[in-house]
Amino acid sequence: MIENDMSTFWHWWVVVLTLANIAGIYWLIRWTSKKRPGEVAQGAETGHSWDGLTEYNNPLPRWWLYMFYITIVFALIYLVLYPGLGRFGGLLGWHSGNELNVENSQYQKEMARADARYQPVYTAWAEQDIDSLSRDFDALTTGRRLYLNYCSTCHGSDAGGATGFPSLANGVWQWGGAPAEIKHTLLNGRQANMPGFEQMLGDEGVSNVAQYVLQLAGRSDADAAMAEQGQPQYMTYCSGCHGAEGKGMAMLGAPNLTANAWVYGGSVGAIETTIRQGRAGVMPAFGELLGEDRVHVLSAYVYSLDRD
Amino acid sequence: METTADTHNTSAQAARSQETYDYKVVRQFSIMTIVWGIVGMLVGVLIAAQLVWPALNTNLEWFTFGRLRPLHTNAVIFAFGGSALFATSYYIVQRTCQTRLFGGPLVGFTFWGWQLIIVLAAVTLPLGMTMGKEYAELEWPIAILIALVWVAYAIVFFGTILKRKVSHIYVANWFFGAFIITIAVLHIVNNISMPVTLFKSYSAYPGTMDAMIQWWYGHNAVGFFLTAAFLGMMYYFVPKQAGRPIYSYRLSVVHFWALVSLYMWAGPHHLHYTALPDWVQSLGMVFSLILLAPSWGGMINGIMTLSGAWHKLRTDPILRFLIVSLSFYGLATFEGPMMSIKTVNALSHYTDWTIGHVHGGALGWVAMISIGSLYALIPALWGKEKMYSIKAIEWHFWLSTIGTVMYIVSMWIAGVMQGLMWRAVNADGTLTYNFVETLVQMYPYYFLRFLGGAVFFLGMFIMVWNVWKTIAGEKPVVHTVPQTAH
Repeated sequence: MIENDMSTFWHWWVVVLTLANIAGIYWLIRWTSKKRPGEVAQGAETGHSWDGLTEYNNPLPRWWLYMFYITIVFALIYLVLYPGLGRFGGLLGWHSGNELNVENSQYQKEMARADARYQPVYTAWAEQDIDSLSRDFDALTTGRRLYLNYCSTCHGSDAGGATGFPSLANGVWQWGGAPAEIKHTLLNGRQANMPGFEQMLGDEGVSNVAQYVLQLAGRSDADAAMAEQGQPQYMTYCSGCHGAEGKGMAMLGAPNLTANAWVYGGSVGAIETTIRQGRAGVMPAFGELLGEDRVHVLSAYVYSLDRD
Repeated sequence: METTADTHNTSAQAARSQETYDYKVVRQFSIMTIVWGIVGMLVGVLIAAQLVWPALNTNLEWFTFGRLRPLHTNAVIFAFGGSALFATSYYIVQRTCQTRLFGGPLVGFTFWGWQLIIVLAAVTLPLGMTMGKEYAELEWPIAILIALVWVAYAIVFFGTILKRKVSHIYVANWFFGAFIITIAVLHIVNNISMPVTLFKSYSAYPGTMDAMIQWWYGHNAVGFFLTAAFLGMMYYFVPKQAGRPIYSYRLSVVHFWALVSLYMWAGPHHLHYTALPDWVQSLGMVFSLILLAPSWGGMINGIMTLSGAWHKLRTDPILRFLIVSLSFYGLATFEGPMMSIKTVNALSHYTDWTIGHVHGGALGWVAMISIGSLYALIPALWGKEKMYSIKAIEWHFWLSTIGTVMYIVSMWIAGVMQGLMWRAVNADGTLTYNFVETLVQMYPYYFLRFLGGAVFFLGMFIMVWNVWKTIAGEKPVVHTVPQTAH
């Protein structure tokens, strides 16, 4: 039986109200079915009239009454077997599992059954390294399914990314593209934090640095004169994370600026906004949700994405 | 207020021999029922189209699905359905109590107050002002106005019952009375909240408790607003139109008391498999099941009233509207208890099956019983023997029926398909379909649903034309209250 911290008062409140309503309905049916002294014959009109409307004194339809009784009996049996009457947990000891401290709940049983059935598949793959898994057709099929259900909402079903969510298929890796780095990202999540430089640079400075960043990316639309003015400021404020040559630093999640791949957009306006306001990207951790073995297979799929 | 009402009463007594029924407010609400029906259904067809062609959301926040969907539900439930209930309850309570409406200026206040609330809803919802509670979205100043209008409605209705000149209270008035009392309690309790600005407030209840109170409100809004009250409408217009006595007085007693007491428990079935404690979920489920028989009691009493007059269905499209609406009512009230069973709910919850279920009730039952009743009521209010064109009612009937069937069938298929696709798993335990893949499968059914809604909507224009032809240039009729008491 399940422990429940409902107080005695509320326990009886629930029990009495529930049973009284059901008993009241039963009494109502019996009471209404009774023949009263002096009432008109069955099938005759009751004698009342409202705006020309009258009523027959017909009995309750029998099939309908049986249907009513069956639902009442079902309800009572259900309340004996399952939780419902206040603290009384029901003879079956069933619990959904929505209160986490309960053992043997439906949730736990279903999870255990699923684990027993599916875990062996992942245990076998867990013994292979990510690089070889990323060439295994079956593992990639499963990895792709995991990807579509857990990753595609942000990174897109083609892994092409979206504004604020990096592409996983362009060969550019903000946090490193080696198998172990990808797996670390998926297991633990990542938090990037680029500060805003509006105060330090001023409007002109922001524009100049943006042009220099465009130049680093090898873009033909970069304004050389402005870039030249932006260069020393870049060295002062940006190179600490993005590097003197703009190659980025995977350990900090500072993107490589020479790759011309932009998580928050590559237009002059978008780059200026990034420099001005900063950015704070968050990739959630999936280790707890999926377990390490599934993340292992998922990592192999993500690793395979930019190989073609 | 009381003084005015008293003065009104005294003058009414003085002029007893010439006392007339108050039809003005009934006419006002009748016309607005049609107007709001058109508006509410237009928004419904638009948001159905948005689901098929997402570009129709436009890039303007005021016209996106999320803003317009609550506008649609509020417009059809409270503007269209509410006006229909005000009109018919005011008509029925006077006629069956053989007395003029009580309350003097309060009567006009309920009409103009209700219209103001609807207009405020139509403005604030697209602007994004919302409590975030389904069917209770309106922010606190409007919620207070609703409470005031509702109390006035209760005074008018029960005041009229108190001064009735017949000894017994007619069954239709039991249902209207239960509806008025319950909606007052539900609305006030669910809306208790802390205002932070003029247009923003936060619910007074925490987490799961808030969800439970919301669905206690939400399901009883279905039970009392959309079921009990429309049964009141049914209990007058079905026997009137059929010219037959109500099938069984005993049945009306049992199903009334069973319905109003059992409905109160059913809310938790909206929260199956959530953080709501298991015992509450169980109670919600078993009481929803017991509710089947009392719900069907109304259908049986309505349909069986026709026994001995079945042939009238062949020639009278108004009666057909009323009887077919009872069939949809029976369908929806069978489907509801089935969907409340946890095992079924595990499949149906969060799918379009729910949307289909709701529209079986909303289009098939609520709209069709209202339309049928209005076709009987409007000629009476303007002193005409019948509507201008019976043929047009016939057309409207078929458009409504076909539209409703298209709508609910497409949503059944869509909903069951969604439920099955969402739970399908591969041999490796992963989900077979991601969400977008299930959405892609919905397109044909969303289109069919849009079409069904549009067909139903089309019928409303036939109604507008027919009503216009019936009442244009006609003088409103004045009926004297008969003096013979029963």
